[in-house]
Amino acid sequence: MKLEDYELGGTPLRSSDIKKGNVLTTSWEPNLAYAWDDGVAIGRYLAELKNGRIIGRTCYKCNRIMIPPRMFCELCFRPSDEWVYCKDTGIVNTFSICHINWDASRRGPNEPPLIPAVIEIDGASKGMGILHMLSEVDPDDIKVGLKVKAVWKNPGERTGSITDILYFKPLRAPTKRAKATKKRAKATRKRK
Amino acid sequence: MAITEKITNTMKPTFWEGHIPVNYVYTYGHAGEKFFRAIKDKGTFLATYCSACDISYVPPKIYCDRCFTKLDRYIDVGTRGFIETFTVSFMNMDGSRKERPRILAMIRIVGTDGGLIHYIEGIGPDEIALGMPVQAVFKPKGKRTGAIDDIIGFGPVTRGRK
Amino acid sequence: MGYRKVAIVGAGITKFVRRAQETAKELAWQATKMALDSCELTLDDVDCVTLGTAPDAFDGVHMKGEYLADGAGAFRKPYMRHYVGGGTGIFSPIHGWFHVASGMADICLVVTEEKMSSCYPHPQGAFITIFDHTTEQPLKPTLIWIFALEMNRYMSTYGISKRDIALVSVKNKKNALDHPSAQLGGEITVDDVLNSEVLAWPVNRLDVSPASDGAAAIVLASERVARRLTDKPVWIDGVGFSLDTAYWATRDLCYPTYVENAARMAYDMAGITEPHKEIHVAEPYDPFDYKELHHMEGLMLCPKGEAARMTADGVTQRDGNLPTCPSGGALGVGNPIAATGLMKIIEIFLQLRGDAGKRQVPGKPRCGLAQAWGDLMQVGTVVVMRI
Repeated sequence: MKLEDYELGGTPLRSSDIKKGNVLTTSWEPNLAYAWDDGVAIGRYLAELKNGRIIGRTCYKCNRIMIPPRMFCELCFRPSDEWVYCKDTGIVNTFSICHINWDASRRGPNEPPLIPAVIEIDGASKGMGILHMLSEVDPDDIKVGLKVKAVWKNPGERTGSITDILYFKPLRAPTKRAKATKKRAKATRKRK
Repeated sequence: MAITEKITNTMKPTFWEGHIPVNYVYTYGHAGEKFFRAIKDKGTFLATYCSACDISYVPPKIYCDRCFTKLDRYIDVGTRGFIETFTVSFMNMDGSRKERPRILAMIRIVGTDGGLIHYIEGIGPDEIALGMPVQAVFKPKGKRTGAIDDIIGFGPVTRGRK
Repeated sequence: MGYRKVAIVGAGITKFVRRAQETAKELAWQATKMALDSCELTLDDVDCVTLGTAPDAFDGVHMKGEYLADGAGAFRKPYMRHYVGGGTGIFSPIHGWFHVASGMADICLVVTEEKMSSCYPHPQGAFITIFDHTTEQPLKPTLIWIFALEMNRYMSTYGISKRDIALVSVKNKKNALDHPSAQLGGEITVDDVLNSEVLAWPVNRLDVSPASDGAAAIVLASERVARRLTDKPVWIDGVGFSLDTAYWATRDLCYPTYVENAARMAYDMAGITEPHKEIHVAEPYDPFDYKELHHMEGLMLCPKGEAARMTADGVTQRDGNLPTCPSGGALGVGNPIAATGLMKIIEIFLQLRGDAGKRQVPGKPRCGLAQAWGDLMQVGTVVVMRI
């Protein structure tokens, strides 16, 4: 058989066909709201975020400190063992500079790009990262391996949410030397 | 572990609230387009028929789901039907009581194997019976949009056009 | 092992389009009917049906398996739906393979369908729900973040440039020009990719496959039946699937271990010890251009970090030593999630039979592979096929 010998199905429409009513459509807005139980581990995680701390959970068998905390170790398949506080600093595992919103709409000209990152939290086992945002940093200064620190909401404004951490920012301001390197790199790029 | 950390204070368990922020626009497909255009423009129902299986589809399909033959001949089957089964609804979606009960029925379209689920209008809960003949009541032509609610409901059969 | 040989004997597919007028059922019927016609079978001959389709949230039809059943030819037949996100399209034939290999069925229809255009404001919006509702969704993530983060990690680790990666998009969109189903075939350049809109650095618009509507179907048969139906059965010689942790931010974002695990499972079954020599044509999953490279490495078709160089050397072109995505892949043909994987299976089926027309790779390939990836970015599904 060859695909070329068949008349294939699938009738393409333009979005204007729908807007102008060239074809009939019906629409639906689901009105579903949820209340997801936090459970024990994430419940404690959120409660500690409200206190301005990041908490993990240990597994004695594989010797890991896990972030986000979980009540069982998915590798050893046994109950996890102990609560342990981690630092609110970490290392950028990877990052992106994002010009679109969650629904694929474009960010406006005056809206700065979002900088999501995977941050390996200090005090947790190597490679244990969480998704969060970077800010107070020039996108050109970010690189994999950058040390960062959490910027928290004021205690009174915290609600027990991952957003109690506003974002992470570089642990240290870029040194003079780094600034000079950057300038040089920029100039080189321009020449190219 | 979780089991040893028993919840003693029932106010303590916390939860996170959210919703899924999407909405949908559905096309009607080839058969649906013809079916709803006929309702909108002519106030009638269309069917497709599979001669091999001797079965007709209302709403129409572009294929016979028994033998998978392509069906592309549309037949006007009129707007009359029989009540196959019905229910009388006293409650609203939120559990509150309706002002007047509403009858929802499965209506078999005359001469076909297909049918529609729709409201019954103009027949009371005391009068309705299985097998009762009914006929579609449409919105005025100018107000029809090509949707299932172009049909107000099914009511008693009147004389005249089928 | 105690399982029967299973062959692919027929295939069907629709065009992949951004927005189809057909309902999901109608698309499924078009592909399924074509698959049955291609091997001159009727619905009566089919013992069971298996259906792959991705999240209900795309189509906006809850319990989509049941909804699609009649269009998939499942009327009054044993029927199952399965779903592993983007990996579904390759998991589907694996799922069907179980039915036939076990002796439960002699002929099994495998159907996949996706209609993403129903979802507004954009199908990307439905993806927000795959992030953890408590610890990630409040950050308002988009799915592209995960790809951007993975791509950056991959580039940083091996020192690969966006230019190297863009070559994949250029190749696949060009290949798609010859595919009758293709949505986004085209002659583009590396600079077109680099100059296209930046969505989430390092991901530009032309690094990404489109959202699509479409369906695909194949017919699987036991050895006895297959030999009666066709003189060119294509055998499923190896299947593999593997899942990594759902805590995606704690995973190795640079190397898809789960793909390697799935590949090893399939290679063991097919008796393949040197995949880069024994696989003649491959369809790795390419929803993003870097993903094809990522997956070639996971499939052990090249050493870690070497896929970009291989692409630059032209090895993966249709006339290269190891053609990848000769169909045009998800980047070129389109990406109706579950149907994409099965499109890849169909391409290998046609390539091995010598029926791929203008897309045919030279040298009479005898062994091919298709792979997909998905779920919470952590499932690998692999099928090895031989003629």
